[in-house]
Amino acid sequence: MTLIVNNLNVHHGAIAAISDVTFTVPQGELTAVIGSNGAGKSTLLRALSGLKGATSGNATWKEHNLLKGSAEIHVRHGISHVSEGMSVIPELTVEENLDLGAIWRRNKSEAQSSKREVFALFPRLEERRKQSTATLSGGERQMLAIGRALMSKPELLLLDEPSLGLAPLLVKQIFEAISNISKQFGLSVVLVEQNAMSALQIAHSGVVLNLGRVVAAGKAQELISDPAVRAAYLGY
Amino acid sequence: MFEFINTLLIGITSGAIYSLMALALVLVWRSTRVVNFAQAGQALASTYFGFEAMKHIDNFWIALLIAMIGGAILAAFIEMVFMRLLLKHTSSGAIASVAPIIATLGLLEVIRALITLKWGGADVLIKAPLSNTGFSIGTHTLVFSPMKLAIIAVVVFLLSILSILFQKTNIGLSLRASAFSPELARLAGIRVDLVRTFGWALSGATGAVAGMLLVVNGNGSLSPASIEFSLLLISGFIAAVVGGLDSLLGTVIGGMILGLSTAFVLMYISDSLFFIAPFIILLLALIIRPQGILGKKGGRRA
Amino acid sequence: MRKINNKISNKTRIVIFLLLGFVIFLISNRVDELRVYQGASVAVYVVGIASIILLTGYSGQVSLGQGALLGVGGYAAALARNHWHASVPLTFAIAILAAAAAGALLGMAAARLSGPYLAGTTLALAVGLPSLANQFSILGGEQGLFFDVGAPPQSLGADFTQYKWFFWIAALATLIVIFWLQNVMRSRYGRTWKAIRGSDVAAELAGINIARSKVLAFTLSAGVAGLAGALLAMTIGTVSPSAFPLALSFSLLTGAVLSGVTTLGGVILGAVTLVAIPEIVASVVDRLGASEGVATNLPSLLVGALLILTVIVLPNGPVEQFRSKQRAKVKKSH
Repeated sequence: MTLIVNNLNVHHGAIAAISDVTFTVPQGELTAVIGSNGAGKSTLLRALSGLKGATSGNATWKEHNLLKGSAEIHVRHGISHVSEGMSVIPELTVEENLDLGAIWRRNKSEAQSSKREVFALFPRLEERRKQSTATLSGGERQMLAIGRALMSKPELLLLDEPSLGLAPLLVKQIFEAISNISKQFGLSVVLVEQNAMSALQIAHSGVVLNLGRVVAAGKAQELISDPAVRAAYLGY
Repeated sequence: MFEFINTLLIGITSGAIYSLMALALVLVWRSTRVVNFAQAGQALASTYFGFEAMKHIDNFWIALLIAMIGGAILAAFIEMVFMRLLLKHTSSGAIASVAPIIATLGLLEVIRALITLKWGGADVLIKAPLSNTGFSIGTHTLVFSPMKLAIIAVVVFLLSILSILFQKTNIGLSLRASAFSPELARLAGIRVDLVRTFGWALSGATGAVAGMLLVVNGNGSLSPASIEFSLLLISGFIAAVVGGLDSLLGTVIGGMILGLSTAFVLMYISDSLFFIAPFIILLLALIIRPQGILGKKGGRRA
Repeated sequence: MRKINNKISNKTRIVIFLLLGFVIFLISNRVDELRVYQGASVAVYVVGIASIILLTGYSGQVSLGQGALLGVGGYAAALARNHWHASVPLTFAIAILAAAAAGALLGMAAARLSGPYLAGTTLALAVGLPSLANQFSILGGEQGLFFDVGAPPQSLGADFTQYKWFFWIAALATLIVIFWLQNVMRSRYGRTWKAIRGSDVAAELAGINIARSKVLAFTLSAGVAGLAGALLAMTIGTVSPSAFPLALSFSLLTGAVLSGVTTLGGVILGAVTLVAIPEIVASVVDRLGASEGVATNLPSLLVGALLILTVIVLPNGPVEQFRSKQRAKVKKSH
């Protein structure tokens, strides 16, 4: 089960947000997608999860065409997308947000065990299960968002800037959690991040986007030691 | 003293019916963020369905059920054919926020005209299944009758079922999620389109009940041109606004306030203020508490 | 095309309007009574629709109660004429002022509302206000009051009919009002309203006092509606609650949408369509030999359907749609 993206082009009106993007994510691996603001990273994930239509190219997961069909259908093929910004529904309680991810699943007892797994991963969520999300901190909200994604029993996880707006300590915790989760459940992950270093450090491979194009790609370690990448994105 | 009690009871009963109308509007609002001005027209159409049913089966309760099913189907049809098209074409542009309002108004007119065409302007005439003679206490007869009691019971029952549906079931969770954040709901695997249609169907059924109850609460008739219809049209909306469009309990409170205040105004102040009273109540509510009794703060931004 | 519109100077517009007026008056001499009467109705609708364009199209506030404001104007005119024997111009002025005052009140209550809340409130007004006539006997109850603008002056000739007189008064009023409205729309106020319609938040940040502008829009729009109401009263000769039903508010809104709510340019289109529909329906029904019921209901059916179609297909109205195409063409040719 590999994620194969080939020559993907996505437009916002007349503007090309993504041009000729090609990369693959083998099963169980974590690929970091880094780049500055406006590089097209979010658009990439939105195209893969079915929220935005692509202009041309292809993207397949388990032989399932990601560019056709709506987001809710892709979920049933094992894709979970945690979008950027507010990725939980504030008007619902913590537990309701989690339950939301499993409604489509037929097997209710499996859904229940997923919830137990999520609570095991993020005990703080269990403590606050009946509370409104307004009482959660930024980090807890991010945990909830990831937890909701896990409730859909995904095989491919698309994460859009999970560290956005979080304090450094929490950033570390989130990245650790992401790394553990992907190993524990054998997930393939596409991790979009501005925090390039932390992302590459937990990744197997990386893709660097600039103005919608791939300007560098390869094993994560190689990218970390690549001087050009370091200068532009890693700050040294 | 008895006059007071009578007025109270009249107010509660009509208030209950207004709550249902408001509920229908709120159901659509909560699932699609659209205020469906055609709701009253749909309720009227459903009442005609019930009327037709009663011609063949002389049982009010079955006719009510048929009206509800008809109302649900009509609403689902409108959502699937009409609203989706509308929202697709008008999601941006100067007229975006105004378009659903105008379009549902147009729909209201179309429904009204179609009804009059089909039934030739004839009134819905439905005989109440229960006696409308009031209970007596001593030498006084209360306005309160078995029929009115039944009306309140039906409304309470419906409200409880809907509350439970929304708060405790998966479909209710899907409805709420789809209303608050359709994109996030889709990412969670929820078929937002179907859920929305379901929300509309629920509202159609609720409106149907409101229409049928309105007929048997009054003098047994209703028509597109009648005063009661105009009242149905605005009362649902006013009750919803007074109660706060975001809360189910709020619609009940809003309906009660509207029903009671209208009843008291009519009894103690003047007969012909019948139509202006709702408007004044609405204004007062908006001035005193713009977000509605149980609404959330943040102004009345639609 | 857009450039040309903005650059038409006031002098040129005055000339255009004068010419227009002249042409209209010429035509009115040539057509039969029915057309002249319909012309007066069209004029009433033009003014009414213009008031909605001002309110909804420019400042983005949806009012379903314009009919009620027409009623205020109509009743004010009737009262002024009957009780104070005011002259015709004064009567109309009073109608405008009365309606504007009502509009100001409504505007102040409505300033905090938007979207469906505003729509619903004005809906309640549309249903409620006309029934006030039954409350106060001075308003004549269900039968209403008479309103007579008087016979045409002798100087116009012995065969100058009453209907033609109606038409002349209505047309003159309409031309003046539209000209004035165009001025207002182009002025600072018009721009302010457009800004509010575009985005409340942005407008506020730009220093615009939203509440005041909204109330102003309501007031002006109501005044114009009041004029339409007085003109309507003139053409039918009476004012009564049934002359200002909910359907009137809907018709005006429909006309505005048909004309293109955001611009004054298509206002004639909507008005003519509204007056024409019952005619067209009547002749179609005649030809098909359909029943009476069909004849009375088909117009509203068509109007409703037209409204829906227009909103879906031509959200900005045919005129604006046409202008956008022109603009796109101009862009392409660069």
